[in-house]
Amino acid sequence: MNAYMPYILCLILFCIGIYAVLSKRNIIKIILGVVIAEYAVNLFLILVAYKTGGRAAIFSATENIPPQSMVDPLPHALVLTSIVIGLATTAFMIALAIRLYGKYGTFDITRMRELRG
Amino acid sequence: MSKEHEHGMSVIVKTVTRLTVGLIFLYGMYIVLHGHITPGGGFAGGVIIALSFINLDLAFGGKVSGKVFSKGGTSLVEALGAVMFLALALMGLQYGGFFDNFLHPDGEPGDLVSAGIIPLENIAISLKVGAGLFGIFLTLIVLQKFESEKKQ
Amino acid sequence: MISESIVPLFVAIPLAGAFLTALLKRVKGIPDTLGVMSSVFTFALSVFFILRMQAGRVFVLNVGNWGGFHEVLGRIVGIQMVVDGFTIFMLIIVNFVAFLVAVYSVNYMTRYTEKWQFHTLFLLMLAGMNGVLITGDMFNLFVFVEIASIASYALVAFGTEKRELEASFKYAVMGGVASLLILLGVIFLYSATGTLNMGDMRAILADSGQPALIYLVFGLLLTGFGLKAAMVPFHAWLPDAHPSAPAPISAMLSGVLIKALGVYAIARVFFTVFGFPHQVSIILLVLAAVSMGVGALVALRQWDMKRLLAYSSISQVGYIMLGLGIGTELGVLGALFHLFNHSMFKSLLFLDSGAVEYSTGTRDMKEMGGLARKMPVTSGSTLAGAMSLAGIPPFAGFWSKLIIIIAAVQAHHMKLAAWAALMSIVTIAYVLKVTRYAFLGEVRAAFANIREVPAFMRISLVVLALVCILGGLLLVPQVREGFLDPAVRVLIGTGGM
Repeated sequence: MNAYMPYILCLILFCIGIYAVLSKRNIIKIILGVVIAEYAVNLFLILVAYKTGGRAAIFSATENIPPQSMVDPLPHALVLTSIVIGLATTAFMIALAIRLYGKYGTFDITRMRELRG
Repeated sequence: MSKEHEHGMSVIVKTVTRLTVGLIFLYGMYIVLHGHITPGGGFAGGVIIALSFINLDLAFGGKVSGKVFSKGGTSLVEALGAVMFLALALMGLQYGGFFDNFLHPDGEPGDLVSAGIIPLENIAISLKVGAGLFGIFLTLIVLQKFESEKKQ
Repeated sequence: MISESIVPLFVAIPLAGAFLTALLKRVKGIPDTLGVMSSVFTFALSVFFILRMQAGRVFVLNVGNWGGFHEVLGRIVGIQMVVDGFTIFMLIIVNFVAFLVAVYSVNYMTRYTEKWQFHTLFLLMLAGMNGVLITGDMFNLFVFVEIASIASYALVAFGTEKRELEASFKYAVMGGVASLLILLGVIFLYSATGTLNMGDMRAILADSGQPALIYLVFGLLLTGFGLKAAMVPFHAWLPDAHPSAPAPISAMLSGVLIKALGVYAIARVFFTVFGFPHQVSIILLVLAAVSMGVGALVALRQWDMKRLLAYSSISQVGYIMLGLGIGTELGVLGALFHLFNHSMFKSLLFLDSGAVEYSTGTRDMKEMGGLARKMPVTSGSTLAGAMSLAGIPPFAGFWSKLIIIIAAVQAHHMKLAAWAALMSIVTIAYVLKVTRYAFLGEVRAAFANIREVPAFMRISLVVLALVCILGGLLLVPQVREGFLDPAVRVLIGTGGM
């Protein structure tokens, strides 16, 4: 059972994030929801690479580590890309939130009623 | 009190920043230039370099770092980094393919000058990321302006 | 050999154009020139590829010269870029529309300040879309989807008024969640197969049978890409986002972005990687039927010209999905032909709505009237696009809808065929609404002095209108052999990756 705990943690985090996106009224909290869900996905990506007792996938000049005992390095590269993409999305959404605040003087999404539907 | 102290945070913060900001900047450079051998690289190093500027901006209230880097300047450097990165990738076309490591295909583990175009691309990325992140920061602090307008 | 090594240029040229624009923003005329030139180059490149493409030929490039297939690991190492019949079909559409939109925006975007930002974002979006089309790697697909999406969020907010900002925020949040679902699906696929290459994935999944996990992956990817394609339960962002963008961008978003990121990705993933399982077919058919209905019926009620066109996009994407969901050779042919037609007439109609807004300053059809006399080119091209959208013979849209309906009948989906025919009548109704209220009737006093739009805008409108009228010629066997058939063959599995 314990082996599955990290995955369940991911699921819980992801659900918290989606819940925040769907139910919160404050723009900043919605953005935080997206960010939390994103971190859950990134965490999950890292967990996919995990191998019990695995070593970091770096070849060393002094120590001879067989490749079989290394963790899968590919998800580590992928998660970096995914974090960078997340950074861009988050920065853009925050910039939008600030502009919206400048127009309406509030972060409350229910008071922004220019568009319906 | 000199004129410099009218903006930004307290003397303590300013003094500490003055002492550490150069070190942070240097550490970022190290992460970039050593990125192909040890963990790190263009992105991580670029973020640290941007943090040193952000640190300056926060401590001294935007006057000092503004002298070094304006918003237009950041977007210029950012575009320069991207063009550099792309040019390196395209140069590979002549030798064997997109992103071909034409300078030094087989590296020596632990040797600083052995990874071909990877360090060069790290430098390009660090320019892009450092300038980009600082540009984002400069864009985002307009919130302060809204707040102060509201107070008046 | 030479043609393989230039595949990355589809991404590299727009990227270079984007950053050079940012670098040389102060130089007068540079942003326009670079915007048009980059899209001309990529379009010329796609024409070059289609001429080089013999039947069933596939170009594969290993990025970074990693050598492709690895003997010890038994799978492909590194990112591959693949150009096959379906890819080249989409590349032609995307780059053709992008080129015309770039020409159009030379005049149109003079209304906005900071024109260089527009061109940078536009070219970034183009680079992202071309990347989605040429990549053969699942994670790389996700990365390019994100590049195109983030650029499009920013373009929707380009006007920075209340309306644009709100629409963009909505779009960004929903798009962000969609991207997370796609990424999650890709991770599950990676953990199940141990590879990211689409061709390898297909082989491994076919060997090992379908693990139970695969249904979760179907759900995640279908929801994620469905959000990007604005199929009906996930369509809420589109009617806000597409009208809020500047007109050239609306044309790009409705014309090609939802197809490159949504329809193409769904087709690529579910046909090429999963071999089109039966369950997905049923889901696609249901979603398609709902999309067609909801989109068309809500479009009838709209008075904002661009909003009407946006709802119409939802409905027309439903037609494309219907053809794909049927999954027979004829169905896929109809879907792809309708995809082509929809790109052309929807871009044209959005550009026309932009032209009307450019001259009159309004998008509300209640305020328009009699524009046919004042703006002959705009109204003529709108008529061509509208007839194609409504499916009046001999315009291109008629043939593609006909093929889809015949395919539905052949596959014994009688109810769906009847529903599609019924919805095309509703389509005629809302199309008539546009032509009747905006272009026919008396000229309003307020618009007595309006003029036709400038030359570059007219060129784009006329070219697209000609394509809408002559598009039916693509079905002539000799032309079909070179353009539509290779794409169909890739999807139904007799060629390609």
